[in-house]
Amino acid sequence: MSEHRCDITLTVNGETVAETVDARKTLVDFLRDDLILTGSHVGCEHGVCGACTVRVDGDVVRGCLMLAAQCNGARVETIEGVSDGGEIADLQTAFEQRNALQCGFCTPGMLLTAQELLASGQVPSREKIREQISGNYCRCTGYHAIVDAIESVAQARAGHKP
Amino acid sequence: MKPSPFAYAKAKSLDHAIELLARPDGEARLLAGGQSLIATLNLRLSAPKLLIDLNGIGGLAGIAVKNDMVEIGAMTRHAEAERSADIARHAPLIALALPHIGHAAIRNRGTLGGSIAFADPAAELPACLLALGGEIDIVGPTGKRTVQADDFFKGLFETALGPRDVLTAIRLPAAANDTRVGFAEFSRRHGDYAMVGLAACAQVDGKGLGDVRLAYFGVGNVPLRAKKAETRLTEGSIDDAVKALASDLDPSGDVQATGATKLHLAGVLLRRVATQLMEVRS
Repeated sequence: MSEHRCDITLTVNGETVAETVDARKTLVDFLRDDLILTGSHVGCEHGVCGACTVRVDGDVVRGCLMLAAQCNGARVETIEGVSDGGEIADLQTAFEQRNALQCGFCTPGMLLTAQELLASGQVPSREKIREQISGNYCRCTGYHAIVDAIESVAQARAGHKP
Repeated sequence: MKPSPFAYAKAKSLDHAIELLARPDGEARLLAGGQSLIATLNLRLSAPKLLIDLNGIGGLAGIAVKNDMVEIGAMTRHAEAERSADIARHAPLIALALPHIGHAAIRNRGTLGGSIAFADPAAELPACLLALGGEIDIVGPTGKRTVQADDFFKGLFETALGPRDVLTAIRLPAAANDTRVGFAEFSRRHGDYAMVGLAACAQVDGKGLGDVRLAYFGVGNVPLRAKKAETRLTEGSIDDAVKALASDLDPSGDVQATGATKLHLAGVLLRRVATQLMEVRS
């Protein structure tokens, strides 16, 4: 069977969602337009900027480089779910305190990308942090403050004193 | 932009995928990791009538070492290979190259088979496969066949894959004690496609190197062996090897650099990679 419209059932931030979508609809457009979860942003639409970053089955992915139709049966988490669950509360606080955001367009993607690195429990080098966020563009901060924020959270979670 | 309309089908098996590729109603494309394909759809550089999703087919992913060969299933994700102890130990050139591919989120989805089948001339893995003298398993309507990496890359985004073929696995010789590998590339930003890159493999032979294979990417329509430079390096002279690149390579200029700049950078990379090849393995 192949269709221009596809029935999908998935969980989004823990809730089961069943929808019929255009085969050509990207995951991030589905989240924003159909589910009104507008925390994931649409930037370049070809995988370069990282503004559309979401998690699928636990891994961060580009929301613009997956189709909603591919997510049948998947577990999708967006910035709304991950922040409401408290998982990244310390990271969000550090971003705010260290001016690691200005306009905020890149921030949801930055937070999810950083959290994937920090989930290992290690304290990564600044170079490793820069490499991890190399696929997430920020046009405001110049990145230093973002690296500072991520590093400080890594140290705090590992029990280092600030 | 948004893609042109297309139909989507999730292949249940390899046979099903090959059957779907035969549909008469227009161009069909296989969807593996989608990290290049969906970008081209969004940009409307590509407008297939049907996408055939390979992600539901069992048995196409995984890494196995057998008979001194490392076999990597086509749907193995870059991130999975990056975490693999077998890749680190038995395919060190692949391990060196993987961190240069895209970014964390791209590597979570992108597949090794997809990268080889797409054959972007500036991509890392096609050159690695060429440097290692690997081979590619293909299944098509007439059955299975295996193609050597030297014969696989035919032209710009053109490979030995036919319109109804599916790349199912790649295989490369497992590194032996005397195997040395080297990898370096120039790109403007981490994760970008390379302006010029070099993947290399050699065997230690006494105090020198034997069986040197230098595979450049980003300097032509396909990954290219620099065979004269390989000979010079086997003879032991890095300077002569760098000079020989002028007859091995004739890169065209592109938006990133002129041909002359690329040729110069190819020489810089050769010096770096030759040093890696000659390092004593701990």
